[in-house]
Formats: sequence, C-alpha cells, structure tokens
Amino acid sequence: MRSVYFDHAAGTPVHPRVVEAMLPYLREVFGNPSSTHSFGQAAHQAVDRARGQVAELIGASSEEIYFTASGSESNNFALKGMALAAQQLGRGKHLIVSQIEHHSVLHSAQFLERQGYEVTYLPVDRYGLVDPDDVAAAMRDDTFLVSIMHANNEIGTIEPMAEIGRITRQRDVVFHSDAVQTVGVVPVDVEELGVDLLSLAGNMFYGPKGVAALYIRSGVRIMPFIDGGIQERGRRAGTENVPGIVGLGVAAELARQEIDERRRRIVPLRDRLIQGLLGSIERIYLNGHPTERLPGNAHFSLEYVEGEAVIVALDMQGVAAASGSACTSLALKSSHVLEAIGLSQELAQGSLLFTLGKDNTEEEVDYVLEVLPPIVARLRQISPLYSK
Amino acid sequence: MVEIEADAVLDAFGVLCPVPIIMTAKKIKELEVGQVLEVLSTDPGIREDMPAWCRQTGHQYLGLVEGEGEYRVYVRKR
Repeated sequence: MRSVYFDHAAGTPVHPRVVEAMLPYLREVFGNPSSTHSFGQAAHQAVDRARGQVAELIGASSEEIYFTASGSESNNFALKGMALAAQQLGRGKHLIVSQIEHHSVLHSAQFLERQGYEVTYLPVDRYGLVDPDDVAAAMRDDTFLVSIMHANNEIGTIEPMAEIGRITRQRDVVFHSDAVQTVGVVPVDVEELGVDLLSLAGNMFYGPKGVAALYIRSGVRIMPFIDGGIQERGRRAGTENVPGIVGLGVAAELARQEIDERRRRIVPLRDRLIQGLLGSIERIYLNGHPTERLPGNAHFSLEYVEGEAVIVALDMQGVAAASGSACTSLALKSSHVLEAIGLSQELAQGSLLFTLGKDNTEEEVDYVLEVLPPIVARLRQISPLYSK
Repeated sequence: MVEIEADAVLDAFGVLCPVPIIMTAKKIKELEVGQVLEVLSTDPGIREDMPAWCRQTGHQYLGLVEGEGEYRVYVRKR
C-alpha cells in the first residue's frame, strides 16, 4: 500500500543531514556546555554555532536567540515573561491576542487573566485575518504586549504582520508573534515583520522534535522562564539539549538555503490538490485566505461528513491527513479557529486539513484525488442528513 | 541622578543572584581595560554582591542607579 504523508503542520520528517549532524552529540561529544574543560567547550561551541544559524534564518543576532524545548514553551515564555516584567516595572496589565492563536498562547493568556491581567481577544474575518485597525483600537495606556501569530496552524492564513508591527512600534508596545508555522517555511525577517519576540520550532522545518527557540530583541525586559543557572543568559536555565540544538541549527541552515526552491515545488502541488478536490467533490469548501496562505496548506470543510471519519478512512488507504490541529484532533472539540471565522458547527465538524511538504510528489496528490471522492461518497451514503 | 556612559550592557533582568555576578564575570572578559559595563538587574542582592565582587577581583565599582523596578550597576574594568 502507498504511504502518503500530508500532515506536515503536525511535524515534518527529520532531514537526513540533520540526523547526521546530531549523531556525534549523542555519542562522543557528550560534555555539558557549562563545563570549562574541553569536553564542555566542544559542546558549548556547537550550541553557539547553532545559535548563529537560527539567528541568520530570521535576521536576528545570535545573542537574541534563546533555545527552549517547544514552540509551546516559547509562547508561554513570551506571554508570562512579559507579564511578570510588566508587573516588576509597574507597566500595565493589559495584553492583546487574536481569537485564533495556538492554545499555548490562548491558555497562557487565560492563565494571566486568572492572575489579574486583562486580555483583549481580537476577532478575525472569514479568511482568518486580523484587522490592524482592530489592534490599534484595542490599545490602552496599560497595554504591555500584543501577540499575533504569523500564520495559523489550521487554516494557514498569513497575518498582516508588518502593519501590526508599525502600530505596536508607534505605541511603543512589545510585539510577539508565534511564527512556529512560518519560520523555515516562508521567509521570516524580524525587522521586516516589526516583531520584538518571535517563537519558532524545529519540527516544522525538518529539524528534530523537542527543540525550539524564542527570539528576544535586545533591550526587551522579560522575566526568565526557568530559574536556575547561567544557561541561555540566565533566562532559561537548565542543561542544554545539545543534540537537538545542533539539529535545529542545521535545519535552519538548510531551510535558509532551500526555502525558495521548497516553496516553488510545494505551491503547485497544493493548488493541484485544492483544484482537484473542489472539482471532484460536491459541497466542499476551501477555508482560509485564497492567496495569503502557507505554501503547503489546504484546509477544507465538507458537508454531511465527519472530518474524523474521513481521516480514519484515508489512513486505511495510506494517507496521513488531519481534521483540525494535532492538538484539537484528539480532544474531539470543534476548533476555536473555525468558530472564529464563522463556520457553522456542522462545517467545523467536517473539516479536513492537508499540509504538504518538500518531499511530496504529484503522484501522491493524484493518489489522494483518486481515493478521497469515493470515501466521501460512501460516508455520505450512510449519513441520515445527506440527500443528493 | 548620575549619568554614566557605558561601553556594554549586560541584561540580567529578573535573574537571581549570584547568577548576575557569574554573568558579569563572563561578560567583562569581552571589555577592554578602562571600559565600563552596565549591569541591568532586578535582584536587590546586587547592591552588596557587585561591590563585594569588585573588591575581590580588582575591578572598579562605579555605583548603582535605582530606577522603577530595576537597578543599573556600573563597573569599570581594571
């Protein structure tokens, strides 16, 4: 049976060159980077090199990169670290996020609300776009942070970052972006986006899982996320995940070199899938923005079928896809993102997400175009609501 | 308030002592003799720890400016 992986938003395979680069740090180079002896210094140099590689990918300088263990940790660090710094400096208690943020941002915001902070949750339009005017209107004198994701992990919509960045800059408010879905996938430059904090994760661009980073612009006052030793300049204590960090660095280097080529290859495949499915299945709708979307993202709603039922049937044909995000899929909750773009409960339940990667082929797209229509037809036949 | 021109800034915001001192010891290696390092700290312990560290190491403790919620400590490399 064929095996087709169309779930890159949940995690990419690890690039063979990343694996190769990591191996010595799982074997002979085992020293602790904080140790002064040569074993430690070899590991320390490897971490420094990776820091430079990640910095270069996003147009930052090395000392602005802080390694963490996941995109979720980076987002928690950004929101909670900024909230505690605002408290320390007596600089207000209001933050602004969008309604379609990843749960690691939304739940951090909700946590802060319970601690006495105030949060504005900005709505989005039917494509999932935040209106920069809404950001400006929500600003208060005591606003210390705006956090808007660069691109949404479900519907793939890319937000108007630079415009929002101009507003936060003008108001002298720190701007954080969860860019886990975009770094290594589309060009990201912290100056062009106008961000002060930015989260990224390695397993979205062919790096290993369990390693990520937070970019913190020099001069931004933020409280450490893990207290302890001197690691990550005192802001994120704990012995470094050296093999993971090395892998993240190499993945960043490869992404920087190949980003345009990967996009050129993926976009036509995605469009072939979108056009093919819209043309061969009735009552199927594309969600997200027609042009401002991630290269590999194709998100649909289907009437009269459960998304999860389609996923199971596709899996039996060897196709890995998702219904909503990896995080909500298991929770059997309808997605807050689809609710925010105004989808009915029924259409939200019938959601189907394909995310393509650099190694997918036209044959794989055609295989999905061949197997999916009969699956949908079969599931609709047993639906009590469907009538042709 | 004293205004001191610093050649480099070390951000130890929110970091608890003695880590800011360890960070200072590392950072000051990057400076030339005679240059001034500004250490940003929130830990009140810095008020005693930095002069004590300077006495031990021979660097010149220039003073401390207390802002709202943070300290700026100045050290000249010797």
